[in-house]
Amino acid sequence: MAQPVADASPSQQYITNPPRDLPTRRNTELLLLGMAAFIVTVAFVLVEANQDHELSAAIIWYGLSYLAVFGVAHLAVRRWAPYADPLILPCVALLNGMGLVMIYRIDLALSERATLNSANFSAAAPKQVLWTVIALGLFLAVLILVKDHRTLTRYGYTAGLVGIVALALPAVLPSSLSEVNGAKVWIKLGGFSIQPGEFAKILLMIFFAAFLVSKRDLFMVAGKKVIGIELPRARDLGPILIAAAGCIGVLVFEKDLGTSLLFFSVTLVMLYVATERIIWVVLGLSFFAVGAIIAFKLFTHVQQRVANWLDPIATYHDAGGGYQLAQGLFGLGTGGVGGTGLGAGRPEMVPEANTDFITAAIGEELGFIGLAAILMVYLLLAMRGMRSALAVRDTFGKLLGGGLAFTVVMQIFVVVGGVTKLIPETGITAPFLSKGGSSLLANYILVALLLRISDAARRPAARPKPQQPQAPLAEAHTVLVERPK
Amino acid sequence: MNTPLRKVGVAMLVMVTLLLANATYIQVVKADDYRTNSLNTRVLYDEYSRQRGNIVAADGKVLATVAPSNDKFRFTRTYSDGPLYAPVTGFYSVRYGAGGMDRAEDEILNGSDPRLFVRRLSDMITGRDPRGGNVQLTINPAVQQAAYNLMTQRGYTGSVVAMDPKTGHILAMVSTPSYDPNQLAVHDSKEQETAWTGFINDKKNPMLNRGIQETYPPGSTFKLVTAAAALEDGNGPDTPINPAPNVQLPGTQTSLENYGGAPCAGSTFKDALAHSCNVPFAEFAGKLGKDKLNATARNFGIGADDITLPMRVASSSLGPLDSQGALYQSGIGQRDVRLTPLQDCLLAATVANGGMAMRPQLVQALLAPNLSTIENFKSEELTGDAALSSSNAAILRDMMIASEGFTKGAGKKANVQIASKTGTAEHGSDPKNTAPHAWYTGFAPAMDPKIAVSVIVESGGNRGLEATGGTVAAEIGRAAINALVGGG
Repeated sequence: MAQPVADASPSQQYITNPPRDLPTRRNTELLLLGMAAFIVTVAFVLVEANQDHELSAAIIWYGLSYLAVFGVAHLAVRRWAPYADPLILPCVALLNGMGLVMIYRIDLALSERATLNSANFSAAAPKQVLWTVIALGLFLAVLILVKDHRTLTRYGYTAGLVGIVALALPAVLPSSLSEVNGAKVWIKLGGFSIQPGEFAKILLMIFFAAFLVSKRDLFMVAGKKVIGIELPRARDLGPILIAAAGCIGVLVFEKDLGTSLLFFSVTLVMLYVATERIIWVVLGLSFFAVGAIIAFKLFTHVQQRVANWLDPIATYHDAGGGYQLAQGLFGLGTGGVGGTGLGAGRPEMVPEANTDFITAAIGEELGFIGLAAILMVYLLLAMRGMRSALAVRDTFGKLLGGGLAFTVVMQIFVVVGGVTKLIPETGITAPFLSKGGSSLLANYILVALLLRISDAARRPAARPKPQQPQAPLAEAHTVLVERPK
Repeated sequence: MNTPLRKVGVAMLVMVTLLLANATYIQVVKADDYRTNSLNTRVLYDEYSRQRGNIVAADGKVLATVAPSNDKFRFTRTYSDGPLYAPVTGFYSVRYGAGGMDRAEDEILNGSDPRLFVRRLSDMITGRDPRGGNVQLTINPAVQQAAYNLMTQRGYTGSVVAMDPKTGHILAMVSTPSYDPNQLAVHDSKEQETAWTGFINDKKNPMLNRGIQETYPPGSTFKLVTAAAALEDGNGPDTPINPAPNVQLPGTQTSLENYGGAPCAGSTFKDALAHSCNVPFAEFAGKLGKDKLNATARNFGIGADDITLPMRVASSSLGPLDSQGALYQSGIGQRDVRLTPLQDCLLAATVANGGMAMRPQLVQALLAPNLSTIENFKSEELTGDAALSSSNAAILRDMMIASEGFTKGAGKKANVQIASKTGTAEHGSDPKNTAPHAWYTGFAPAMDPKIAVSVIVESGGNRGLEATGGTVAAEIGRAAINALVGGG
């Protein structure tokens, strides 16, 4: 890698500092995981109490699954990423646990409703536990297989190609195989369905980080100067145009506003971090503004979303109108500051309460306090990721780490902003909280990569082999000399 | 490369801060707007799915309770003998809100009253569904039933109010025709609407609680007030009166005449009340003047606007009494004198209680879900001042016993001595050709009063122009009295 030259000065300190024996802080992580397990168990008990249930065997089942999953994850981190950031895994565990509690709680309400209407009902919580276990497997696989995140640069173009195909696949598949609730982002295979876009998100970030690192200099070259602003050269606009085109493609063919917004913003941020030139962000935002206006003019579903955003009550009764958003807001308002209490609200009145609108369910039952706490956990998770990106020594790691960390916040901004009427609602899952296997699998891969990068950041550089204390020559015995490894 | 990373970090902070600020706006500033939005059915579901408390009569008979319903509301309000008790229980409808006691004591019944707070907390901890408290009324089902049965058998429009003169406890409050609150409590929106529009468009206005929401000219029953004021002014039972069949109203060409235009069948104050002669009472009122009449009326409770049961009671009044002519007419309960049947009952009750009016009271106690007492209401004097002295009250009582002796109508029992006064009140724009309201107000047993009752039958009941208080209303008042003290 020829890159260290480019950022020699900031990373100098890590090289010049005398090698320290950094604490691994794995015990901190275990303690925090214990706390997360405690919070989640209390949440479960509250749900059961408020739903007037006996403390059933279900609690033990869910509780044990939870402990087992994160116990294994913790041991894996101890073994394969001992210097990883100790806060990342507990944050994920807490979010995932609270998600399970909410999904279980909404299951209870939905099954009650199904009983009243004598309809069929299948619980989502056990599936989510299963997905969590599978996601853990993937998490382990990534930790074990990717011993050094820099090896990923070798697969940059492969990742890019697979990512594009995965992203585009639902668009070219017939609707019967790819469309759920109007969004063509699925691949339905037999009994279960996956959202390839969730995986494409990570693959494309790996590609983009690798691509930017190798071609970084190109983007640094200034083009013409217009009114004191250095514009990039026209031919360097290629990647950002391709990204914009890809996003518009997603928007047009898959009707997925959220994913398109997410991809575009992450591309912009990574481009900005790589080049340190704000002009890319300005350009990108102008593209975005133009694209948004065109999309608004052309697509009725975009217009509908904007109308719902401006006044969900006015479009309450329309098909595809503000009903969902308004119900979410009613839930948030009913919850108020302290919430109705876990299990004591009516979050199931909001359609998709356990996926896109799970944050509305949390805001209703745990109130503003609960919602703010969840947001702070996300922020903590992303900030620890960002810290690792700052501390890691290689540019690829910085770029990928920064991108992954930003994705978490961007995703939560889009979903919570949509639910709380800050921005138009776009339909995207909350990482780790929402029901859905693809989202969970992809986000566990994301976390495994972040842990890998943070492990690299905190691992003492080029650890010299501990020297045997040399006995004075006179007292030396004859020793068996081992060949240095 | 760290500088832009740090800036992205700051951008992330800003984004989450924006979310927090917006969540604050939604969940704190705008929370009440969203919570109370009419499209937000959460609050409604909560209230309706809580087990509402019961409304029970004095003897514990359940008048309103809930039955489990297999829908989103979980419970349906049910009323036993709906039309019979509708004036006291009121109604409870998902669509049209609540009325009567179900509205007035809503906080106790739905469990949100602060006095139930500790219980709610313990319910939350034990996971038991919070329940509403109960309201125990002073209603005596036997009296209520007897009065209602006779009113509906005869097809009368009107009201019967009975109370215990010593405590002010309301023993019966009947209003006919009535309505069935069960029809408003059903959860089927269509059925509710049909019932509601049916009640609202009914010309006889079944949802009006005539006992406390409507005022009528009291006619001769008001002579109790005039008589009390005259006694307090120094007149006695043997004070001579003007037996002339009519008298010219001062300052007008109009004359005021006795019932049927006949001369008074006696020459003393006592006879005047017993035979309900109009001329002497008109003259008494004229002599007493506005202030004395008002003062006595006030201590009977007329004009008190702080009477709540806790349903609001319409205000009774004597009118402006701005001329001698007006005083003459008001002295016999005509002109602008308007009383609720409850107030009319209070006239008899005050005489029965030795001249002291007791505050009318419909709620005996508020009970927690486990039937422990939250609050027990004590009887209190209405104004603190007697309307007339106890000796004068005894004189008036004897006059009323004599009046009862001359009153026709069925239902007299040898073993029940009643003191009463009838009334036949003219009303409308053409009083001589409009069937009068028939009144009967009295108490029994005369020497140890246990019940005071007032009956009004609107527009002559089934007798038309010929109706009098004695022929139409008396039997109903006696039926109510007999239900309590007549041995069944």
